[in-house]
Amino acid sequence: MRKEEQETIEVTLQTLASEVQKQKDLGSRLVQICCARIGDDFELHYSFEREATDSPFKFTDLKLVTDGGSPIGSVTGIFFAAFGYENEIADLYGLKIEGNLLDFKGTFITTSVPYPFGKPAVTKKEGTS
Amino acid sequence: MGVFTITKMIVKSLIKGPDTRRYPAVPAKKTPLTRGHLVIEIEKCIYCGLCSMHCPADAIVVTKAERTWHIDRFKCIVCGGCVEYCPKDCLHLVPEYLAPQEKQQGDTYTGPEPVVVQEPVPASE
Amino acid sequence: MSRQVVVPFGPQHPVLPEPVHLDLVLEDERVVEAIPRIGYVHRGLEKLVEKRDYKDYIFIAERICGICSFIHSVGYSQGIEALMEIEVPARAEYLRTIWSEYSRLHSHLLWLGCFADSMGFENLFMQSWRIRESVLDVLEETTGGRVIQGSCKVGGVRKDIAAPQLEQMKEGLKTLQSEVDDLVAVFSDEPTIKSRTIGVGVLSKDEAWELGAVGPMLRGSGVRKDMRMLGYGAYEHLDFKPVAHDAGDCYSRCLVRAEEMSVSIDLIRQAIDSIPEGEIEVKVKGNPDGEYFSRVEQPRGEVLHFVKGGGKKNLLRHRVRTPTMANIPALVKTLAGCQMADVPVIVLSIDPCIGCMER
Repeated sequence: MRKEEQETIEVTLQTLASEVQKQKDLGSRLVQICCARIGDDFELHYSFEREATDSPFKFTDLKLVTDGGSPIGSVTGIFFAAFGYENEIADLYGLKIEGNLLDFKGTFITTSVPYPFGKPAVTKKEGTS
Repeated sequence: MGVFTITKMIVKSLIKGPDTRRYPAVPAKKTPLTRGHLVIEIEKCIYCGLCSMHCPADAIVVTKAERTWHIDRFKCIVCGGCVEYCPKDCLHLVPEYLAPQEKQQGDTYTGPEPVVVQEPVPASE
Repeated sequence: MSRQVVVPFGPQHPVLPEPVHLDLVLEDERVVEAIPRIGYVHRGLEKLVEKRDYKDYIFIAERICGICSFIHSVGYSQGIEALMEIEVPARAEYLRTIWSEYSRLHSHLLWLGCFADSMGFENLFMQSWRIRESVLDVLEETTGGRVIQGSCKVGGVRKDIAAPQLEQMKEGLKTLQSEVDDLVAVFSDEPTIKSRTIGVGVLSKDEAWELGAVGPMLRGSGVRKDMRMLGYGAYEHLDFKPVAHDAGDCYSRCLVRAEEMSVSIDLIRQAIDSIPEGEIEVKVKGNPDGEYFSRVEQPRGEVLHFVKGGGKKNLLRHRVRTPTMANIPALVKTLAGCQMADVPVIVLSIDPCIGCMER
């Protein structure tokens, strides 16, 4: 089994935009944006892939840890393809992302329980089986 | 570059007959490995509850005190996970599909009474 | 000055295999822009990691999608195996590769049928699905399920294929190859299909890379990238070259998928010839710890499984990023400026699998 070499760079809310711009200047494409709820914090992963001299599939991951208090700057200005992922994170986790070029304002994925993934465990409503 | 490719396909199917099965007049296609439904040999069951703990759909309920093994057929996804975890190999997947049901009614199987061995009464001194 | 009208496309539409909604802003018959809406089949499967341990979760990972189910389970297993440093035996890798390629064959045949149906060519749709039945028969005989195989697990595979059955599969490949050749000849040479797909939905090479397109959408625009080149599974031992065409329109994407079917048949033949003897699984002990991004090639493109473990038997997070989610920005871009009658053809050309996009 071949394990891929994957590089992880830690970023903060302030350095996010400049790191993403650096990746764009290197010629990467946006692979995905993911959010995970670890304890009380939210961990975001911005993944990029580019063709580098040492490997044709160089994978870089930017890791951002936030407590959800302050809004996160959107990267749709740099990579337009991020609009889908950012809407999904805002709808499922309840994080605030400002500056999204195609913002659905909470209607991208509508669920009967708001922000289901942001809570530790979703309890069933009374009266439903 | 082929000419009349579709015409050839149509003529072939006119000669050979339809490709679809005339189910239910013709029985459904089955192979020995087809996952139809789950059966249990209740005599061998030790009511450990491993199948119930590992079921991804929460379809099995085991009660040790009353020696019952209950399965909710509507929830069972016939994945085969319980077959692997069973320590006594009493669960099997058979290729027959069950008939459609309207109401949810699980199947409960009750095991045989445990055999009690009488201790020989010690002879009094 | 023409008026703008908003026409809803979907979620119920005869050409769509799965529900997605597009708001098409039209001026006369030309589409000015398209705004997608999703969320019709969201099941929240990723939240089930909190309840099921990582070994049982494979059954849920398989059932994310009905068409590409085996490769989801391979992606998940590879993620967990990379975290726990498990060496899967070689025979299991080859068996996984054989089943993945059969999965790819049946998915491309399904797509060819739906594509023909989107143009109104129902006879070709039925012929493609008739050929697909023989592939599903092989999958059922070897694993027990037509669409949900249930044979991949963390540490290997569950079932083995005996040598006489492998020989039978190889014989069946010959008939399959000749039927697929006939079918592909219709798609590439028929003048009506060509007139509806050449020049429609053009995506240039730079746009495709920048918008994050994956799979045949990217390879149809000339970028020769395929995740199987990473060499996971048995692909590092097999002779594999990705297929790419340069035009960037619906016709070249159709040709990419059609030629990939022949490549798949060739890969299965190579794998059956060189499969080694040995065990099919290893025992898995312990719990996963750490994070890893596992990338695998599905019929629709690159799928990414992110697994994060915390040392317990429940994973902390499992995230699936499917290729359809990555192709939606490219779809929005290609729809701008097209005629309204071309919308079904372009929507089908990204191969939408909304069930796995929304999990």
